[in-house]
Amino acid sequence: MRFATQGLTVAYRDAARPALDDVTMDVPAGLLYAVLGPNGSGKSTLMRALLGFLQLRAGEVRIGGLPVQSWTRRGLARRVGAVTQFEEMPFPLTVRELVAMGRYPHLGPMRSEGPADRAAISRALEECDVTALSNRPANELSGGELQRVRIARALAQEPDALVLDEPTASLDIRHEMAIFQLLHHSADRGRTVLLVTHNLNFAARFADRILLLDQGRVAMEGVPGEVLRKEIVEDVYGWPVKVRHDDLTGALQVTPLSRPEPGPGNR
Amino acid sequence: MSRTGFGTLLAVLVVLAVLLAVGFGTVSIPPREVADALFGRGDSTTRYIIMELRLPRAILAVLVGGGLALAGAVFQALLRNPLAEPYILGISGGAAVGAVLAIATGVVVASSWALPVAAFAGALAAIALVFGVAASADRRMDVRVLLLAGVVVGAFFSACIALILAVSDAPTVRTAILWMMGSLSGADWNAVMVAALYTLPAALVLLGLARALNLMAIGEETASYLGTDVEKVKRTAFGVASLVAASGVAVAGVIGFVGLIVPHGIRLLVGSDHRALLPLSFLGGAAFLTSADLLARTVLSPSEIPIGVVTAFVGVPIFLVLLRRSLQG
Repeated sequence: MRFATQGLTVAYRDAARPALDDVTMDVPAGLLYAVLGPNGSGKSTLMRALLGFLQLRAGEVRIGGLPVQSWTRRGLARRVGAVTQFEEMPFPLTVRELVAMGRYPHLGPMRSEGPADRAAISRALEECDVTALSNRPANELSGGELQRVRIARALAQEPDALVLDEPTASLDIRHEMAIFQLLHHSADRGRTVLLVTHNLNFAARFADRILLLDQGRVAMEGVPGEVLRKEIVEDVYGWPVKVRHDDLTGALQVTPLSRPEPGPGNR
Repeated sequence: MSRTGFGTLLAVLVVLAVLLAVGFGTVSIPPREVADALFGRGDSTTRYIIMELRLPRAILAVLVGGGLALAGAVFQALLRNPLAEPYILGISGGAAVGAVLAIATGVVVASSWALPVAAFAGALAAIALVFGVAASADRRMDVRVLLLAGVVVGAFFSACIALILAVSDAPTVRTAILWMMGSLSGADWNAVMVAALYTLPAALVLLGLARALNLMAIGEETASYLGTDVEKVKRTAFGVASLVAASGVAVAGVIGFVGLIVPHGIRLLVGSDHRALLPLSFLGGAAFLTSADLLARTVLSPSEIPIGVVTAFVGVPIFLVLLRRSLQG
């Protein structure tokens, strides 16, 4: 499932500058593609625009070769699973009920779950290691458990692509690592995985390509070695860093340095 | 208990409540005579009491109670707010203004249709106003805007009612206040027809949206990524549920608590899947309001107490017990 944008521009009402400004990108199928950038650089907006949730001011988004507007929500949900940053849960639901929602685009409003649906749900629960939680109320889970359940729901859609907005925010290293490995594995099996993250080092280690956003514009796009260069990272994040190769993984490792002179955030 | 078992139990309760409501009242009628009357036999007075007074009233209670509980469950899902109820978007306020105006100007005397028509018109005006405001503020009809608009429009209607009552004479005020507390005493077959016309097709439409409502309850963005046409579901479900609430308030006045408490009670018992929640709420609301009306008619017989008082007196303790049980669960 290929995602591509051409001159994508999105502006929120009353905002001084566009949230996304002339973003052109191309994500071929089967890639683990990381979107990086400082807070407010437009990462979540990019994700929403890619999923057809936002009105575009200019440019276009194509999914699987078709303009995103030409997809129905149901048609898109059969091919693309999404994990947003936030989700509400005003009423109690069990883990299984939540994951079973991933079958909605395949079932529509009326038809009830068949064997194929139940198999997809079991596989998704298994893949995210949450089978044991099936009957637990989802609002009583820990952050890491809930995130895995939400990814399981996206997998239950049996999609060709996954789009995730900071799926590992606020998770401990074990759960963060488990999720990155899961996504990596998923991309290996041919799914396109588009991931917004703040974790530069995991992006360096797992992503095939990286898009670095800065104030809504593309600062750099390429393989990790091209994007995660000292001068680029320092310029975009406004903070001194050291970039080197990790002894163990061989991946690039970005370490923020402490800044001698007083500055914002420096007490 | 399984959902099917629970559904069967509730259906039996509805039938039982209707039979009791038909048998009891100022005059108690023994079961054999009730059966005779239902099949068009027995003496004419009994037949009249049952076929023209009690049966339409009981069926109206089934339709209004079921409709309110159903609409309440739908509003709670769409607004993602457990405190939502069918009147939250100003529907009761609008209906009350219409009704109170009709009472104060005396048009109610002209025709038995004047009061429900005025109340229905008021409810529709409130719906149009609230949805108009929300839609003009945001193309996507943000539910937070809807909720705020509903509360503000409701407050405005309350002020209108206060103004009309302030310049009305005492009997008018009494009639108006009693109407606002809800009553099924105006029930006849015409009212039943009106309520059925709105409630039954609406119930089918809402049941068809049950799975989509499951998704809407966890947020519109997520729902749309899972394949829901959010705007369509929202427009249909809000529109249809509002019409159910409006028709209910038109024929029975403002009956509180049913639309809030019944869906919650059902949710505590069977969970939040709307495919079970919606039909069970309808049955639960029907059984609850029919029983409440029986109490309203009989407790201080021959005078009636407002049904809203009964729904609160009975509903609140039941709800608190359920809540406590679920927290201990």
